[in-house]
Amino acid sequence: MTDHSPTLIPFDDVLASYDPALGLEVHVELNTASKMFCGCSTEFGADPNTQVCPTCLGLPGSMPVVNGKAVESAIRIGLALNCEIAEWCRFARKNYFYPDMPKNFQTSQYDEPICFDGYMDVEVEGETYRVEIERAHMEEDTGKSLHVGGATGRIHGADYSLVDYNRAGIPLIEIVTKPILGAGEKAPEVARAYVSQLRDLIVALGVSDARMEQGSIRADVNLSLAPKGSGLLGTRTETKNVNSLRSVERAVRYEMSRHAAVLDAGERILQETRHWHEDTGVTTSGREKSDAEDYRYFPEPDLVPVAPTREWVEELRGTLPENPTAQRARLQAEWGFSDLEMRDTVGAGALALVEQTVAAGASPQAARKWWLGELARRANDTDTPIDQLGVTPADVAAVQQLVDAGTINDKLARKVFEGLYAGEGTPAEIVEKSGLAVVSDDGALSTAVDKAIAANPDIADKIRDGKVAAAGALIGAVMKEMRGQADAGRVRELILEKLT
Amino acid sequence: MTTGGDWTRKTAAELADALAAGEVTSVELTQAHLDRIAAVDGDATAGVHAFLHVDREGVLAQAAASDERRAAGEPLHQLDGVPIAVKDVLTTQGLPTTCGSKILEGWVPPYDATVVRRIKDAGLPILGKTNMDEFAMGSSTEHSAYGPTRNPWDQTRIPGGSGGGSAAAVAAYEAPLAVGTDTGGSIRQPGAVTGTVGVKPTYGAVSRYGLVALANSLDQAGPVTRTVLDAALLQELIGGHDPLDSTSVDQPLPSLVDAARQGATGDLSGVRIGVITELSGDGWQPGVMTRFQESVDLLVKAGAEVVEVSCPTFVHALATYYLILPAECSSNLAKFDAMRYGLRVVPEGNPSAEDVMKATRDAGFGDEVKRRIILGTYALSSGYYDAYYGQAQKVRTLISRDFATAFEQVDVLVSPTAPTTAFELGEKLDDPLAMYLNDLATIPANLAGVPGISVPAGLADEDGLPVGFQVLAPALADDRCYRVGAALEALLTAEWGGPLLDRAPVLEEIR
Repeated sequence: MTDHSPTLIPFDDVLASYDPALGLEVHVELNTASKMFCGCSTEFGADPNTQVCPTCLGLPGSMPVVNGKAVESAIRIGLALNCEIAEWCRFARKNYFYPDMPKNFQTSQYDEPICFDGYMDVEVEGETYRVEIERAHMEEDTGKSLHVGGATGRIHGADYSLVDYNRAGIPLIEIVTKPILGAGEKAPEVARAYVSQLRDLIVALGVSDARMEQGSIRADVNLSLAPKGSGLLGTRTETKNVNSLRSVERAVRYEMSRHAAVLDAGERILQETRHWHEDTGVTTSGREKSDAEDYRYFPEPDLVPVAPTREWVEELRGTLPENPTAQRARLQAEWGFSDLEMRDTVGAGALALVEQTVAAGASPQAARKWWLGELARRANDTDTPIDQLGVTPADVAAVQQLVDAGTINDKLARKVFEGLYAGEGTPAEIVEKSGLAVVSDDGALSTAVDKAIAANPDIADKIRDGKVAAAGALIGAVMKEMRGQADAGRVRELILEKLT
Repeated sequence: MTTGGDWTRKTAAELADALAAGEVTSVELTQAHLDRIAAVDGDATAGVHAFLHVDREGVLAQAAASDERRAAGEPLHQLDGVPIAVKDVLTTQGLPTTCGSKILEGWVPPYDATVVRRIKDAGLPILGKTNMDEFAMGSSTEHSAYGPTRNPWDQTRIPGGSGGGSAAAVAAYEAPLAVGTDTGGSIRQPGAVTGTVGVKPTYGAVSRYGLVALANSLDQAGPVTRTVLDAALLQELIGGHDPLDSTSVDQPLPSLVDAARQGATGDLSGVRIGVITELSGDGWQPGVMTRFQESVDLLVKAGAEVVEVSCPTFVHALATYYLILPAECSSNLAKFDAMRYGLRVVPEGNPSAEDVMKATRDAGFGDEVKRRIILGTYALSSGYYDAYYGQAQKVRTLISRDFATAFEQVDVLVSPTAPTTAFELGEKLDDPLAMYLNDLATIPANLAGVPGISVPAGLADEDGLPVGFQVLAPALADDRCYRVGAALEALLTAEWGGPLLDRAPVLEEIR
């Protein structure tokens, strides 16, 4: 009913009259080798309907078997989110008809999730918001529908639809927050920061590709408004298809303004699913989702309960990586970065790269200089993810080492990076091959040595008298002449040869 | 022993011996069974109509392969070369699987059920797929979308159900062995009314992978045979852990064949038997009760100690069953939506996917299936779940406790398998509740997951039709069913001077 009245209330005015309540449901596609309930591959991008079997196609007679690796990933996510891990839980069937659901029920979890009652502390501009996690449960993904013809690409009005069942049965973890209250004007940023930190956590756990643009992390944003200070919860809408961090923030902002407009007009918010449109930055009404929608959940009778032993859970707790937020604070202190430097490093997606470069022997500032300078520029110019430039942290450390040794300077170093982009070998090999190497050719060195001897007769005499230590001064002169690109050892040999 | 007809009269164990002794080839005895099928099976309008699909070419090729293996001296399963029939609810790669429903007409599965895989691996040629009530819903096989099966004892009567096809095929000597499935009695009740042996193993003892689910928590595949020993041989073949079925039992059962042989000695000394009080009384056919009581008396003579045992919650079993089963099947049958396989009905105009689903399900499912989908959808609905499905699960637990308490006192429980002998075709078709009451005695075992066997107990005086005797044992103690069943079989056969089926009428050849 409100689609026809896209009047919005300015954001600041919303907050004058209303308190927002946020809720986020994030689906994480696990990166297990096989699907949730069968042995089919989960590889992304295969030809349609090539990664299917009787079970994930839901053929008559087929049965599911739980993927133990997916259970492990679910538990690790739960532990990282400070959740309780169920001693005993079951899968349940969520019954509804849709062509991309092979069985017309989704095998999910209902009132017995594997992880529950956790939290994550989210930081926005130096302030910490505790987001409480209600549950994280396991389920299977559906197939993917492609609606051909029609104007909208949606099922209504399409000429026909194609379904790819490769995605059907891929393991998902759905992470559901409790209502997030008290974020006020920061609600859009808190929503974004939560999804962002959650993604970092998932990456650190290594349980998902965590690529929002490929749909391996998908966020649904629940939002409601209540009269300011009332302490009530208003009617919520659930906005789906929010597939970037920026969109999470924009969708919250948009829905807050839209809700306020509806409420100010004396109308009621319809409890419904809404679709986010990335291009226009608005939401539109989807199917109505009232409490009357009945999924007729009941325990999946083809599966036995999942009962992770406490020993196993503790063993998995031992495999958890450092919390990304805590890790950042630690690294910033260790590296002595300013807040701005740290934010830029994280923003460029270079935190792990810098960390590994430091581990490979470079100083933090040098590592930051290369990754946020030359390499970030290259990533931007060529539209390549910064970790896929063909330059490893070890390479960067090696380049810096050459600079520190005076073998090459920064200008030459950039040429070395160009060689690395082109795959010409290691930094040392590139220096060697492309003549960036220090000069050790006897002809050129001999001329320079002769010149130095002629220019410093006193020192030459001292050496002739046996004061070999004086050779250092002559070596310095030669190096200066050769702009640092000389092999110091060979220079010393030549001097001694000529004078003794 | 040169004519085909003779070979069809043998038990599977006898055929296995004859094959091993080189007295016959698998091709010969498979052909003998194909000839018998051609002679008596007929079609929807006349004949036994036990089969929905006979794989004439395939089964002979499998038989020839068996003979080659034998000739080459390869190590063989004991039943290698003995033909078998399979209920049409189990998937068979390359052979149609309809579940007795129009909605799966023409569907050829791309994979074998684990039970079928094991049968093929053991080298048993598969004669074809047997008739059944649509999606195994029924007690008479009249709900098959392809026409009813007729009882070989009296072709105006039902063969039981849902597995009437498997039982009738074995009773009519069309197959020495068959596989059935039992959700509330679909193996045991057809066994009772056709004078054959039927076993519902412990839940999880036989893989359900490839068994098109009626009610997942109740379904169990098992043997349909003419003797208890044959049933033991077949369950040992098809049973055992299957990683593809998470509910499959991962622990070996005691030897069933040994138990059957031990029972056949007719000695039941030390065995404690409980007669279930609740499974008798009003509504139980006098002729059924008479044969049942005589059988109990024989077991006492064999040395068993018999007591009466009360299982008070069993009176609620039928109501419990008709909440749990429809709930599960309403969800299981949702997949039949015309999108991927089977029937597709496209209404006029410019139909949406939803329109096609509705039209297909309306045309493809029979009335009994629709009835149970509606019941189950209701039982699971929000606001009704606790009162119906939730409550039924609690009563189910109580029924299991009744069994547990009873098995503290006795080794096995016994009852008549069904309250009546075979009723007339059409007699109960318009009265679902009367039809459901047929499974009164068999349903408790499915709810509790315990094993049960039905063995022939003679013919009722009033109608001269077979009566079944049921033996129930604790979960994983299937061997006790076989021991007691084999003892009763041995004692009764001795009394009768031959198997009960020898007294069945000679079937008219209809070809």
